[in-house]
Amino acid sequence: MSNIKYILGSFGDPDELMHGIEKLQENNISIYDVYTPMPIHGIEAKLGIKRSRIDIAAFCFGITGTCAAFALIYFCAVIDWKVNIGGKPSFALPDFIPIMFELTVLFCAFGMVLSYYASTHLFPGRAPRVMDLRATDDRFVIAVDAKENAEHTVIDGLLKGAGALEVKYNERKYISYE
Amino acid sequence: MGTHNFNFSEQFEFTGKAKTLSIVGIVLGIAAIAYGFFSGHQERTFANLLLMGYYFACVCMSGSFFLAVQYVAQAGWSAAILRVPQAMAKTLPIASVILIVIAGAGLFLQHDIIEHGQTVTAPYLYKHWATHGLAEKGSEHYDAIIAGKSVFLNIPFFLGRLVIFLGIYSFFAIKFVNLSYNEDLNGGLNSYRTSFKNACIFLVIYGFTTPIFAFDTVMSLEAHWFSTMFGWYNFAAMWVSSLAAISVILILLRRAGYMQWVSNSHLHNLGQLVFGFSIFWTYVWFAQFLLIYYANMPEETVYFYKRFEYYKFWFFLNLAMNFLAPVLLLMDRDNKRTDKKLLFVAIVVLLGHWVDYYQMIMPGAVEDGSNGFGVIEIGTALGFVGLFTFTVLTALSKKPLIAKNHPFLQESLHHQL
Repeated sequence: MSNIKYILGSFGDPDELMHGIEKLQENNISIYDVYTPMPIHGIEAKLGIKRSRIDIAAFCFGITGTCAAFALIYFCAVIDWKVNIGGKPSFALPDFIPIMFELTVLFCAFGMVLSYYASTHLFPGRAPRVMDLRATDDRFVIAVDAKENAEHTVIDGLLKGAGALEVKYNERKYISYE
Repeated sequence: MGTHNFNFSEQFEFTGKAKTLSIVGIVLGIAAIAYGFFSGHQERTFANLLLMGYYFACVCMSGSFFLAVQYVAQAGWSAAILRVPQAMAKTLPIASVILIVIAGAGLFLQHDIIEHGQTVTAPYLYKHWATHGLAEKGSEHYDAIIAGKSVFLNIPFFLGRLVIFLGIYSFFAIKFVNLSYNEDLNGGLNSYRTSFKNACIFLVIYGFTTPIFAFDTVMSLEAHWFSTMFGWYNFAAMWVSSLAAISVILILLRRAGYMQWVSNSHLHNLGQLVFGFSIFWTYVWFAQFLLIYYANMPEETVYFYKRFEYYKFWFFLNLAMNFLAPVLLLMDRDNKRTDKKLLFVAIVVLLGHWVDYYQMIMPGAVEDGSNGFGVIEIGTALGFVGLFTFTVLTALSKKPLIAKNHPFLQESLHHQL
């Protein structure tokens, strides 16, 4: 039993990468993940990645903000300390809307940034972990789990056949910047 | 990724049901307008003509605005659908002439009205400032506020502005269209570069003049009242209704078997724009409302007082159709990509902006008590919808449905969201 954890095929061209993904899928080899230095159209559909649920999170954060703002103003202006402004009733809903809107945006924005950090294991001060440093620069990398897919020579051949410039066998999952 | 066997010389044939229905619409419109004039509702008919003439011109103006925005942003996604806004831009001169004729006729045709117990000879449109004697000291109708505004609001300057603004918009609209046709013939980047330059100039002019155009055409109906938000509010309304019109035309063309290169991703983009600018419209609408509500000054609140007392149904219907409908129905990604749902929302938004213009224009223009909703409103609207369909589809049928030498065409054909 070897200690190889991941096989990384590193490509110089996004089209060849897409071709490599197809090749691996045709041979029923499951792909762990793909790392690219730029977004590639249609890659999510090809890899069968589920749609991000950030929109649902955004809605929940946003509605929390709306309710928080409403509760705050309602408590201040209607319950705790009524102020007569232009003879209007204390509970003048149109006045509340700008603040409700702003807090919705604020909660939504912060909430989305925090969920993004949480889901990508990023956080200020944390050293980012990557599988191949050049995937952040000029290489397009396909990672295959070596434990799940036993025939390493076949994978090697497929990746090289599709145009991989280099195939690496990593014994550690991540290379750290540290 | 679709196939690449599209026929780039495909042309729209304007025949059959579309042609018949648009002509029926025009005939119904003429009948309704004639009925309005001969049944003693001249003022109300004029208000309706102004409403639809303004709507027609605004949708076509925003068609050329759409073109300019795409050029300036160097947008690639829209290259394959540009012929639809181009057809709208090409219709702008006709729409401009109609609007100028309506405004001119409304200003010069006079009738007697009874105001504060005395008979006054007033024009059918813009009587709040165009009635003779309002700005003359010593006249029995002298009005100090209107006199103060008469440097700006007088008939020659008013009509002059209208003609110059619409003339400039039409000039650029035709220029964009012709440059794109040249591109079809000659290829190369020259047409695109010239369009880019013209679009920059056009956008600056358009940005500064549309608020004034809206102040003139609609806000001056109630000349005592003013709001600086009004121009942007109208800009948002005309832009979102034009986007909805583009969506409707594209979806119907695609259903009829034309423009098969229009993918759901293009609809998604248009859906996003309709969604986003509906919210922008609400934002501006609310900004205008909130300031007036909050400041609570009588000379400002009179505007909303009228709408809230006599047009309450329309006031809330306006918000429901232009804000709630797009927000709730277009929020979801899949809804923007489903042509049935986008078509439905686009039609709701188009009808909604009729309601929007209705409650902007009617309370100020029709004060003889004959206001309402009936044959004249529906008929005039149908007439202009027929006219819009007829002129835009005629313009569309003249040239191929795709700008085949547009530099970003491939990007647009492969557009994916």
